[in-house]
Amino acid sequence: MRVLPSGTTSLLLELDGLDAVLALYAALSDEPPPGVLDLVPAARTLLVVADPAATTLADLEAALRRVTPRPDAARAGDLVEIPVTYDGDDLDDVARTLGCDVPDVVRRHTAAEWTVAFCGFAPGFGYLTQAGGHWDVPRRPSPRTRVPAGSVALAGAFSGVYPRESPGGWQLVGRTDVPVFDLDREPPALLRPGTRVRFVEVGP
Amino acid sequence: MSRTVTVLEAGLLTTVQDAGRPGRAALGVGRSGACDRAAHRLANRLVGNPEDAAVLEVTFGGLVLRADHDVLVATAGARCPGGTAHHAPVWLRAGEALRLGTPDAGLRTYVAVRGGVAVEPVLGSRSTDVLAGIGPAPLSPGDVLPVGGCPTSGAPGVDVAPVPDPASGDVAVRVLPGPRRDWFTDDAWALLTGRPYAVNQDSNRVGVRLDGEPLQRARDGELPSEGMVRGALQVPPAGTPVLFLADHPVTGGYPVIGYVVDQDVDRCAQLRPGQRVRFTWLRGGAGAPAGG
Repeated sequence: MRVLPSGTTSLLLELDGLDAVLALYAALSDEPPPGVLDLVPAARTLLVVADPAATTLADLEAALRRVTPRPDAARAGDLVEIPVTYDGDDLDDVARTLGCDVPDVVRRHTAAEWTVAFCGFAPGFGYLTQAGGHWDVPRRPSPRTRVPAGSVALAGAFSGVYPRESPGGWQLVGRTDVPVFDLDREPPALLRPGTRVRFVEVGP
Repeated sequence: MSRTVTVLEAGLLTTVQDAGRPGRAALGVGRSGACDRAAHRLANRLVGNPEDAAVLEVTFGGLVLRADHDVLVATAGARCPGGTAHHAPVWLRAGEALRLGTPDAGLRTYVAVRGGVAVEPVLGSRSTDVLAGIGPAPLSPGDVLPVGGCPTSGAPGVDVAPVPDPASGDVAVRVLPGPRRDWFTDDAWALLTGRPYAVNQDSNRVGVRLDGEPLQRARDGELPSEGMVRGALQVPPAGTPVLFLADHPVTGGYPVIGYVVDQDVDRCAQLRPGQRVRFTWLRGGAGAPAGG
């Protein structure tokens, strides 16, 4: 674990990869050291934001170095099923990129479980990864100005569901009616780091 | 009957802000809250509110706020002509209005009402996050805002708080190397900490866009998105940095070359388009003061 300077109120922890990030995030969110205000997991980093009134960065770093990661807990998140109508505008492009046909894309997308690695881009937008998925899908050359809420999309090794209408550059493969971000729900995000997801194909 | 104030004019942008909603960044929900935290806390102290009570954040003056009942108000941050309550609590009698002209220096003025602005909280905070679209909508003329019950603590006995106004000339703030300082050349760091940068007019609550010498990368490649906090100096491909404020994205995919010391970010929130900012290197980062 490399501790990178990140201003006077946070530390950026650089780790070996996503699994290490999730394992450390699981341990820290379960039992946060004193003075931790926020945790931001990402692809290979975990940002730890401190409340300067409650701790110093030196004390926080010492506490973080004593934490034992929890790979077991990282793999045991809630399982959520998301019904998807696979009629996205970019399905053909995705199939061509991956060198297969559209039914293959749907099969691969629904075959194995996905895990929310981290959130970002917008409230409740989870970046999902699929173990052994081998997805490598480029973003669209120019982003769309309007992607409808509920769009199920791919980019790089990730899949995601747009929580609300927004601009976006991911490749659209389908849509779901499941609200992934709801202010009247606690927690408001359905897809939280560590949540396991299975996409299920439904008819149009 | 509950007390209210009514917005007659909202100026360029007036939002409700409190201390924000920390603790939800892992869900993609940023902290948000007042851009100038020190001014937000001061305005609240002046009317005897808890420091984190919700206030109005007024951008570049222009707010006209009518008291529908007798209310104690105070303003802090950018001093607006006509704002009689600046750094000093003043009673507005029912029917009277607070009129904020255009400030001569600074950008954001905080209007505290004793009892706090009691709009409905969203995810534990009354702050408007303009990037995420969470929280109450920016205020419009005709909006009637509920005022909370009076705090049990008495109003403080100050007449005028002796606090300096935001600067009108060049502003110097302290900066520390950030997590991706090594993605840039030593010349880039020398430029950042040696030359002034001018505030671009496309700045907002998300960040201050800066014009000046572009910062050269020492390496190519894409950075996987990573978390950041306010004060981050992120460098997009064009090479001129963006200084992130309260409504910054939770994660970013461009390298962060440096961080403004947290307390100094408040003064950055008062920078106006065209104003220049100088970043002075605070050497010995590990011993640097924590933020406030």
